[in-house]
Formats: sequence, structure tokens, C-alpha cells
Amino acid sequence: MGAVQLQITTNDGVPIYLQIVNQIKYLVASGRLSSGDELPPIRALAEQLVVNPNTVARAYRELEVSGVVEKRRTAGTYISDSASPLATVERVRIISERLDSLLTEARQMGFSTEQLVALLQVRASEMNQQSPNPRQEPTR
Amino acid sequence: MNPIVDIQNVTRTFGAKVALNNVSLTVEKGTVLGLVGENGSGKTTILKHVLGLLKPDQGSVSVFGLDPVTDPVPVLAQIGYLSEEDILPGWMRIHELQRYMQGFYQTWDQAYADQLVKEFNLDRTARLASLSKGQRARAGLMAALAYRPELLLLDEPSSGLDPIVRRDILGAIVRTIADEGRTVLFSSHLLGEVDRVADRVAMVKDGKIAFCESLDALKEGHLRLTAIFEASWQAPPSFLGLIAAEGQGKEWSLVFKGNIDMAQSFLKGYNAEIVEQRWASLDEIFVAYSRPTGVQG
Repeated sequence: MGAVQLQITTNDGVPIYLQIVNQIKYLVASGRLSSGDELPPIRALAEQLVVNPNTVARAYRELEVSGVVEKRRTAGTYISDSASPLATVERVRIISERLDSLLTEARQMGFSTEQLVALLQVRASEMNQQSPNPRQEPTR
Repeated sequence: MNPIVDIQNVTRTFGAKVALNNVSLTVEKGTVLGLVGENGSGKTTILKHVLGLLKPDQGSVSVFGLDPVTDPVPVLAQIGYLSEEDILPGWMRIHELQRYMQGFYQTWDQAYADQLVKEFNLDRTARLASLSKGQRARAGLMAALAYRPELLLLDEPSSGLDPIVRRDILGAIVRTIADEGRTVLFSSHLLGEVDRVADRVAMVKDGKIAFCESLDALKEGHLRLTAIFEASWQAPPSFLGLIAAEGQGKEWSLVFKGNIDMAQSFLKGYNAEIVEQRWASLDEIFVAYSRPTGVQG
């Protein structure tokens, strides 16, 4: 069972069960969790994150309903085999969330969508000219 | 199933001051209820009623189906209590405290007590008075947990403590719930902590319950949006569900209860543009209910 690194924040209004659901979906979408991986038991994850075990249980139920995880014989919860087809949808959802906050910020600062798209293209081409390894993810 | 704590229409006055005004509150078995509210709002008074230290003028309090005032022994035997005040006798050593508690509580689990002493890094031979504030809080927590009470009652447990001790206290709440579905009622003004461990949250304001809801439903039911109006306002126009507004001139942040469609159609009437919308955090909800727009005038 791989250790699942999740970050819980109480600074915005996203319910904690949903933060767990979204982050586990993200880990699956990005390939850091793959089908057959076991998630920590509810109690262990609750103690690790210092959150209410009922909240973790709700997150696992939601993940089960949406087909990301499945319960097997005993008490274990595993990433299901059907989790990977979700990946594209999830990736779109995650990037859409980022785009939404970018759009909001741009709007607040008075940029039009056209200006933003133009800026995005400028940044993308600048990034392509730089070294091929712009930012390294911390390894675990 | 009957709730573990059942407070119905309790009113309590101290002289001319109405400390609790028709308060009703229930805590179901296996859940954590977080009690929030400004200082002096009535949180501690509620907890004292659960402990049977205060008798309601009107209404009823039942804990494990018993009246804690007339039947204190079986009620208190099943409650683990920790308060912000330091109530442990300072002259006792940790191991003396253990023996003392053991005498009172039939369910005292010495192996568990020793395990907690080890986990909390407590010196068994140290006198309580010689410990740091954080270590005394840990000793209090050990004493409150080691008889595995059915109900853990914490009154501002992390007040004035460093983050590591606070984490131990939160960890204890989490474990209490994970173990055999026991129940927790705690008050705190650290909303981040309430957010992490509570199933339900009740806000006390001026002796009344402002709201009591599941934390998820509370957050999903309250939105915070920032709107830019066409005209400047002294205070933004009010609509059904609006709780508080913050800002000036044309730009206002609104916290409201309800769905976005409702707010959108209202704001459209004022040619207001919504530049940001998201769920409100517990912090924002708390502040909004503490200082609602109606009161500001």
C-alpha cells in the first residue's frame, strides 16, 4: 500500500471529503495511483490527515460510487480497473478549474479573454524556447 | 437511536443576564459536534449544563438518556472532560494522578494510560505543577481518555497551546471517533480545527443557536461572491439569503445562503458583474453570522 500524500486546507470553502475525492482522482489521473493500488484504511488516513474518520469514509463512498475505487473481499479499498478511462475526463476537469481561477483573476485585473489567450501563447512559446525541463516535481 | 446529548429549549439566566435563550442541541452517537461562537456567547454555559454543573431555568438536558443534575454519577462516569482551565491538582505526580483517576473510574484502562504517557512523552514521576502548560494539557488529556469515556467533552481544549499539543488533542478526537464510535462535543474558536474534525457545527450567538448543521451541508449551502456594481453603494442592496457584505463603492464581497442562480438573477437587476464565486469557508461563514448586514444597517 503506497502512502497517499494529500493536503487538506481549511482556507477555502471546499468540504474536506471533496478535497480527498478530488486529490485521489488527481493522483489517479496523473498516474501516481494506478489500478490495483490499495488506499490506506479509513482510520489510518483520518489519523494521518487529522480529519474526522466519518469524512474519510464519505470520501471513499463517493469514490466508490463514481467507480474510481472498489472494495475487495476484506476491508481494503483499491483503485479499480475501470479508473483509467476516467483519466481524460478528470484531466479536463482539473485543468478547467485552474483555467476558471485564471479567468477570474484576469477579469478582475481588467484583461479581456482575447488578451489572455494572446498572453498564454506568448508564455507558451517562451517556455518552449527555454530548457526542456523547466520545473521539477519533488520526488518521493 | 436516541442522541447521546439532548438539549431541548434550555433557557438559563444569571441575574438579569440571559446566558442561554431557548437553546436546543443534540449530539448523535459516533459524531463530533463543534461548538463555535465569540467569547461570552454561551458555549461554556452549554457544556456546564451537559456536565450537570448548572440546572436549566427552563427546558431539559439529557445525557445518555439521564438528567445530569439529578443523576450525576452514571453520567459523569462516562464523560471525559478537558477544559482550558487547569483543574488538575498541582502537587500530584503523573502516576499518582493515574491512581487517583483509577479510583473514580471503573473503566480505567491502565495499559492505555501508560501508552498515552509514552506517546505524550510524559514523565511519570513529575509533579503536575512542574510541567509546562503543554505537558499539563497532555496529562489532562491522558486522564480524560484513559477510562475510554463514551462522551469526550472539551471546552476550548487548545486555547493558548502550541501547534504540536493542539495536534495531539485533535488526534485524540479523531481516535475517539475511530474507536468504537464514541462521541465528542467540543468548543473552540480555532475554526480550522473545527473544520477538520467536526461532523456538525453549531454556532452560539448571544445565548442562541445561530445555526447547527453538518459541516459539509453548511459549506455547500453558503457561497461567497465578489460583484462589481454599476453604481456605488453605501451598503449593497439586500436580497433573500444575504448574510453579510463587505466592501465599498462598487465592489462588494457577499456571503449568502442559497444557490447561485438566485443571486445571479438578483444582481443582474443592478447590472452587477460577478467576478468571483466560490463556496464560503467556515471562517467566512462565522464572520458573516457574527456581523450580519442587517445589524450593521
